[in-house]
Amino acid sequence: MNTVTQLKPKSVSRMKTLISKNISVKPLNLQGEMGATVGSIHADNPRITCRNVNVFYGENHAIQDINLDIGTNEVISLIGPSGCGKSTFLRCLNRMNDTVESCRVNGEIKIDNVDVYSKHMDVVPLRAQVGMVFQKPNPFPKSIYDNIAYGPKIHGLASTKAELDQIVESSLRKAGLWDEVKDRLHQPGTGLSGGQQQRLCIARTLSVEPEVILMDEPCSALDPIATAKIEQLIDELRQRYTIAIVTHSMQQAARVSQRTAYFHLGKLIEVGKTSDVFTNPLHELTQDYITGRFG
Amino acid sequence: MNNRTDSLSTMEKVRKGIAKRRSAERRFRFYGLTGIVLGLVFVLILFISIIGKGYSAFQQTQIALDIEFLESVIDPDQTRDNKVISRADYNSLIRKSLSKAFPEVKGRRQIRDLNRMISTGAMFQLRDRVLEDPSVIGQSERIWLLASDDYDMLMKGHIDGTVPESERRLKDHQVAWVDQLLEQGRIKKRFNTFFFTSGDSRAPEMAGIRGALMGSMYTLFVTLVLSFPIGAATAVYLEEFAPTNKWTDLIEVNINNLAAVPSIVFGLLGLAMFINFFGLPRSAPLVGGLVLTLMTLPTIIIAGRAALKSVPPSIREAALGMGASKLQTVFHHVLPLALPGMLTGTIIGMAQALGETAPLLMIGMVAFIVDIPKGIFDSATVLPVQIYLWADSPERAFVERTSAAIMVLLAFLISMNAIAVFLRKRFERRW
Repeated sequence: MNTVTQLKPKSVSRMKTLISKNISVKPLNLQGEMGATVGSIHADNPRITCRNVNVFYGENHAIQDINLDIGTNEVISLIGPSGCGKSTFLRCLNRMNDTVESCRVNGEIKIDNVDVYSKHMDVVPLRAQVGMVFQKPNPFPKSIYDNIAYGPKIHGLASTKAELDQIVESSLRKAGLWDEVKDRLHQPGTGLSGGQQQRLCIARTLSVEPEVILMDEPCSALDPIATAKIEQLIDELRQRYTIAIVTHSMQQAARVSQRTAYFHLGKLIEVGKTSDVFTNPLHELTQDYITGRFG
Repeated sequence: MNNRTDSLSTMEKVRKGIAKRRSAERRFRFYGLTGIVLGLVFVLILFISIIGKGYSAFQQTQIALDIEFLESVIDPDQTRDNKVISRADYNSLIRKSLSKAFPEVKGRRQIRDLNRMISTGAMFQLRDRVLEDPSVIGQSERIWLLASDDYDMLMKGHIDGTVPESERRLKDHQVAWVDQLLEQGRIKKRFNTFFFTSGDSRAPEMAGIRGALMGSMYTLFVTLVLSFPIGAATAVYLEEFAPTNKWTDLIEVNINNLAAVPSIVFGLLGLAMFINFFGLPRSAPLVGGLVLTLMTLPTIIIAGRAALKSVPPSIREAALGMGASKLQTVFHHVLPLALPGMLTGTIIGMAQALGETAPLLMIGMVAFIVDIPKGIFDSATVLPVQIYLWADSPERAFVERTSAAIMVLLAFLISMNAIAVFLRKRFERRW
């Protein structure tokens, strides 16, 4: 059994400050950095299950043996220092990693019990099922209307113009952008402000009615007001969708997610309820990260 | 305090350097400006020289003669058959008219000189007049006929009267005839429609640019129709679909090498492949277009790939993330964004193709072709080859025609580029 006295000196001082802040500190799991994930990887009612997921970029073993469940109608935030593999993991879930030529994925990822990496998997319906919002707002250089209408058009979701109009309006409403853009639907989407562009991208993702939404640092390029709007939006979307969000902002993770997963150097170190992870981290690395020691 | 003095000395150092930086910047600007001014001066000299030499080709000396359309000469049997009318001896009509106009000219030699005043092409003018309106047969009409090139040169001031008679193309008595015609107002320079409506000719006053212009148009049409789709498709495949391995590396290196291959080599290839092996017609714009396609393709492919590369990856990710297939991503998003860049590459390639001479010499487009080509299978020549041929001709009158042909080539080039720029602007505005 590990005890406090076995901690590294730096950690001890940090612990003292934590203790002085009246935060309860449990004995940390120090089975070395190669140890298995601490906390519960299981979710009630899981929609996505990942088992022994490994990703290689050429020779580089980018993520190692990840086991994680993502529950239905939950927001899970993936946190960790830069280069820890959280975006890579996120991009495995809708096979966006396929676009990187040197990338190899093994292990098992199942969404609704369908193996994502099976040979028979077609990525086109998969990506319609698992939508993605990127770090930098990337609207198509087309009108706002065409941005939203693109997905439904290619998937044949609307048979008439009126239906398409309906989808565009409801998607924009869901993303909370309708009132701001309803009078200029046919102006270019690139003319919107950064926050509006990001909500446009979210609306575009919603237009094909996905079941899972992956968000890769959706607010990193936005100001606090736009960020607040998007966080509120994520909270509303939770009712209907499963959301996985990568973020560098601990506060954001704490605000929007029910569960949090901490990644470090390609490994999933700790998973748990957000409240537990932030107030009561089990692993030393998690604690170091969320208290701002590195990252 | 220590910090403060340190920062002061830093500022002093910065200030000391500023004058040097400024002067370096001024020098650089000056060099740039000098380069631009020099370039413009040379362009100006080029234009002045070409236009100065060539503008006179747009005018042609013509002589008015009273022609009697004698039925006994044109259509003695009164058939009014076009074949008979076409074959009539119109030269004799011109000779008769000339001897009537200059009754004082006697002696075989003098009469021969007199007859040479009118171009050998004038008979076709008369023939066309009769064919157009057979009712002139039996009538008399004053008609403006082409003067031969020496008289044209005299009218345009290219024959110096101060040079001794023995060294002149036109002797004193011939100059006197021109003076006589001038007094009667029967010789003057008129707009040269022949230059734009006829093909090549050995006689300078009959030579026109239309044959070469049409030849260039057909050739470039074939080139464009083949090279743009093939080039764009190749660029898209190599950039978006092909795996990166040593084969695609090899292909890429070879495409870059092809862009640097001397164009005459493509001409040899065209001769061996298209003419000798496939048996396509020699001198035809079709073969010219095929050869120029081979030459233009590397340029278009390289420019196309660069344009595709410059499309931000975020657009691809956005489309793929929406569930678009690879093909949809490329055709709906990437290609439209890359199209202006691809068009720029195509313009450069087509401009190169328009000015290309060497490979076309190899496939026989250098032949002397009088007829205006009516399609891509007819024998033809192209503008730069025509310029080359005329520049090589000894007659003084071809000097101005060479310059005029260069002007036509430049006008063609400018209008082609203008269309391309217009198209590019249109594609850009759609976004």
